[in-house]
Amino acid sequence: MANTQAMDVNAPAQEQEGKDPVVRSLMRVFWILLFVTLIEVGFAFLHYYTHVPPRALLNALFIGLTVVKAFYIVAEFMHLKHEVKTLIWSILIPLIFIFWAIVAFLWDGSSWKNMRHDSPNMEMTAPWEQAHSAE
Amino acid sequence: MDTAVTAKKKWWGGGLSPFNTSYGKLMMWIFLLSDTFTFGALLISYGTTRFSEPYWPDPNFVFNKFFFVEGNFPLLSVSVMTFILIMSSVTMVLAVHAGHLRRQKEVAKWMLFTIIGGLMFLSCQAFEWTELIKEGVTVTHNMFGPVVNGHETAGPASFGSFFFLITGFHGCHVFSGVILNIVILINVLKGTYEKRGHYEMIEKVGLYWHFVDLVWVYVFTCFYLL
Repeated sequence: MANTQAMDVNAPAQEQEGKDPVVRSLMRVFWILLFVTLIEVGFAFLHYYTHVPPRALLNALFIGLTVVKAFYIVAEFMHLKHEVKTLIWSILIPLIFIFWAIVAFLWDGSSWKNMRHDSPNMEMTAPWEQAHSAE
Repeated sequence: MDTAVTAKKKWWGGGLSPFNTSYGKLMMWIFLLSDTFTFGALLISYGTTRFSEPYWPDPNFVFNKFFFVEGNFPLLSVSVMTFILIMSSVTMVLAVHAGHLRRQKEVAKWMLFTIIGGLMFLSCQAFEWTELIKEGVTVTHNMFGPVVNGHETAGPASFGSFFFLITGFHGCHVFSGVILNIVILINVLKGTYEKRGHYEMIEKVGLYWHFVDLVWVYVFTCFYLL
């Protein structure tokens, strides 16, 4: 587990097709990714037809599951989890700037919305809501 | 990889790479980090604009076409695209693994599957774009607007601009990835890496391909789910 690559080089061609432990662990990651995507799409459908999970809760769930998927892709497929610590931190620490930018700019965006003058209190309905109310 | 990792190694004492990786792979990581910032900037500016708009179209309402089937299918075609890209990521990781075992034919097989996956994804995106442009969403226009006081209006134009810019930039990455994969596949078939004694180029191009998949995970969430 510590270094699968080194293990591969030391023991080539001994594993048989289908019983390879590396392939098995990779397929496990594939099933996790597929399962998480299906959950996301499932909840999107559930909300679309029944409005059941409230929008805020749903969005939090989507963002959380996206981070889970990103973790598995970077850690296992890109093999970062099995690299030396120096490399892992060299890649992860700069991402602090991304988190800062997300918070700062989205904050700015909602502040702009509050300062707008072009949208007085008009009654705005989405077209799909219009279709529902007409029925 | 070249040197086994032991507990008490003086990484910074000289004579070996402190990152325990080759120059090429390290540089690929640095490039991908810079690309993360590019995509991060694009997605954050999209989020900022979306936060500042009083109205934003619902993706379930906008993306409801499923290839050549008539009807209302919210999110279905884009879920298929996500599945295709995850599949091609798996075939790529299997190609990398086959490269470690130095099985030339297996590497070629999985690389071919990865290329096919990439091309399928690009075809789906071409379909998606065509449908959207037909419905009146371009970089400057967006027909999915709110109904204001009983009248249908145009929606925020930035919806179309950001959608085509970001999915286009991602599609451009997929396209370059397919080209790189084809170059690597030709080299595999020619036996270049067999002569070289290792298949490290597969790992480098694999890192890039997984990154493209990773970006799609975020694009999928930001444009279609939220």
